[in-house]
Amino acid sequence: MVCSEERPHPHASLGAGMSDAIYTRLRALLGTTGVDRDVNGVPRATPESGDALSLVCRLAHEEGWKIRVEGRGTWLPSDAPADLAVSTRALEQIVSVSPADLVATVQSGTPLEALRRRLADYGMWLAVDPPGRPERSIGSVVATATAGPLRHGYGPVRDHVLGCTVATGDGRLVNAGGRVVKNVAGYDLTKLQVGGFGGFGIIAEVHLRLRALPRADVTLLARGTRDALTSAARELVSGHLLPGALELLSPALAAEADWMLAARFVGTDAAVQADVRRLGSLGELKWEPLPAERTAAFWSVAARGSLGGPITLRLGVLGDGVDEAIDLLAHDLDEGLVSAGAGLGMIRWTGDAPLERLRALRRAAATREIPMTLERAPWPIRRALGHFGAYREGVGQIVGRLRDTFDPGQCLSVALEGVE
Amino acid sequence: MKSSLLEALTKIVGQQWVRHRRAELATYAMDGLPTHESVPGLVVMPGTPREVREIVRLLHLIQVPFVARGAGTGLSGGALADPDAVLITLTRMNQILRIDPIQRRAVVQPGVVNARLSEAVLPLGLQYVPDPSSQAACTVGGNVAENAGGPHCLKYGVTTNHIVSLEVVLPDGSVTRLGSTQGEAWGPDLVGLFVGSEGMFGIATEITVRLERVPESVRTMLADFATVRAASESVSSIIAAGIVPAALEMMDRACVAAVEASIYAAGYPTDAAAVLLVELDGQADAVEAEAITVHDILVDRGARQVRSASTAGDRARLWQGRKKAFGAMGRIAPDLAVQDAVVPRSTLPAIMDQIEGIRRQYGLTISNVFHAGDGNLHPNISFDRRDPDVAARVRSACREIMAACVAVGGSITGEHGVGSDKIDYMPWIFDAETLGAMRAVRRVFDPTELANPGKVVPVHACREWCAVKSARTPTLRSGQA
Repeated sequence: MVCSEERPHPHASLGAGMSDAIYTRLRALLGTTGVDRDVNGVPRATPESGDALSLVCRLAHEEGWKIRVEGRGTWLPSDAPADLAVSTRALEQIVSVSPADLVATVQSGTPLEALRRRLADYGMWLAVDPPGRPERSIGSVVATATAGPLRHGYGPVRDHVLGCTVATGDGRLVNAGGRVVKNVAGYDLTKLQVGGFGGFGIIAEVHLRLRALPRADVTLLARGTRDALTSAARELVSGHLLPGALELLSPALAAEADWMLAARFVGTDAAVQADVRRLGSLGELKWEPLPAERTAAFWSVAARGSLGGPITLRLGVLGDGVDEAIDLLAHDLDEGLVSAGAGLGMIRWTGDAPLERLRALRRAAATREIPMTLERAPWPIRRALGHFGAYREGVGQIVGRLRDTFDPGQCLSVALEGVE
Repeated sequence: MKSSLLEALTKIVGQQWVRHRRAELATYAMDGLPTHESVPGLVVMPGTPREVREIVRLLHLIQVPFVARGAGTGLSGGALADPDAVLITLTRMNQILRIDPIQRRAVVQPGVVNARLSEAVLPLGLQYVPDPSSQAACTVGGNVAENAGGPHCLKYGVTTNHIVSLEVVLPDGSVTRLGSTQGEAWGPDLVGLFVGSEGMFGIATEITVRLERVPESVRTMLADFATVRAASESVSSIIAAGIVPAALEMMDRACVAAVEASIYAAGYPTDAAAVLLVELDGQADAVEAEAITVHDILVDRGARQVRSASTAGDRARLWQGRKKAFGAMGRIAPDLAVQDAVVPRSTLPAIMDQIEGIRRQYGLTISNVFHAGDGNLHPNISFDRRDPDVAARVRSACREIMAACVAVGGSITGEHGVGSDKIDYMPWIFDAETLGAMRAVRRVFDPTELANPGKVVPVHACREWCAVKSARTPTLRSGQA
């Protein structure tokens, strides 16, 4: 893969001596348990509180050190060049769960699976099913806004985040939003952090909107050609069906010979039964119910499928643009591991591709008014391509000034935009 | 204001769309909140996005502050302009530009009235969900500025959940487009940041909204209770049962009394301590089954009577009292201070007791009508602002109610915005660092702080407090009338 020229890092030539000095300073700040080194010997801070996180950022800002932002290391590779890594893995407390208010406050490094279990103990549920491993941190999901199939029925990640606490690149601790489900006090800074890839600060804590654990959760599968499934999906959506998810999976992702359409109905028994009955009567697809004991495993395998290659990207399309966008992917990259919201759109592709192909895809997508977000890739690709690109006129300046506001020393090693 | 500015604005929009006489300007001295008043220096009414751009560019050039305004139905004093500022009224820009029933999107100008948009898409089986009580008058542009809510936001979310793209005139007069029709951003979520920024980040001149399908079946139920606590507990039980109603609204005794004494009388029982409206929607079979569950919960929690309606006419009758509650309360006294606060739902009974205590302490009339499902309270105080003693007591009571809500972990506003009214409460819920970050974000969009100055963020409370004076050069600034 070709990558653009890296600017030499100011401390790169200082080598091990500098790294030792940073390690020592961090230990003085966080204690011996709060610092270790990654596999390459880069000092890694693992603060246990938002305050400690902000102190680390402040120190890095004062010293001009570059920070690599890490969660639990299961989604983005830990490879951004930096003087130190800051991981949220020790920020793993579930601070509070309030079933009566349907709100939980959770530290950002909390593994999703641990959160899911704890919420289930209270009869609660977070309707977010992101790609990746079950131990992925909630902070990573929020920072990358990687929604999964449940986006169809429950909205994107932003709809589940009521507020968050963030350490800015210069070590300020900012509390955005709040713990109530409806709140318009002040500007909505939370929205900037959801999907900000850590470019506007490191998330320490999030306030999440919960739902009651669904009484019924039924998944049905249909197989066929892509065209047949996408046109059936459009019909379902216009037929007053209310699935939680309606996801199209490529043969490689589904590990099947054909494309697969998975419909998941979640809610009260009455609502789910009504939907399942109607599903059988609509269209010509043959729907096969998934046995209840296999439902969780099915969706978990689909989520992990997005780790089947080094690069994951998403294309923002609407339901009736799914076919064209998958054609575009197949033309510019390959059909590969594709998961698509067949009703409301949004396509996720995982695989491997050279930088120039990815650039060409972003350009081709942009001419069709389709935003492409790079969700996950090795650093050289992230650096060159950027998580975002093809900004509309004026947007780049706003984003640049926002970054200056939240990271005035440019300490956070996050490639929001690429370099040509 | 300087006659040269008047001339320049007249050149842009034409003489009939500029107001400068004292009597004309007085019309714009208030919004929906009677406790704040300020007469703008000039009022200008652009009819096109191009005119908005030209006006803003001009004002930026001569560094004159401006305030964008929709229908003026806001309830936080957010659309008031000082005498040194120009008020830009957007109600002439009232075109629904496109409706795409397949993609379920509509593109509208900011001056489109909320209810008109819903009426326009209804024949297509679609609706625009956010439905503030003022929906017959308020504009979509104003809704965007305030991130407006409404009864049906419990299930479907507030304005921010329904806006996918915005064309924005920034405070320097440049134009940019945020978001995309698809709902996925070209970069960070600037639409999410812009919605609810109360006119301080720029002026939206074109708004792309998400439409929802009109549900196949709707059931409205009305239950009355002997205590507010029992009604509140019903709300919690319904939600704990995994049911998300489209709306869950409560009215207290004082509110019901006001409604029933008015022409909007809906047959609500006046001896009830609380009346609860529950609306279920979705597939017919599911609604039917969930209605049985909800009925059982209501009765189990002590409802004295449960009425149920599924035809549009019957449902409208049950809703009538709720929808017209503010109008009915307006009859009680010359002025109505509509308050807006949010509490964690579990604290509803306790907070209602506290509000009752505050009412007695200050000897005021407070009627409560609120979105019980999301803990969004509207304690409304009927009073006469011409009586300074009463007005002072109203201010104190409002402040105490707000403090009580904040003390239980709530917020100072759920859907009305901060505006001028609640700016002093902001430090109650945000620390100096966070307020400083808000101000810094505002300055990203508006470095010289010309757009709706003096609202939302109390500058004195920011960490990096500095003089409010920006780099405005007095020589260029137009003089005051």
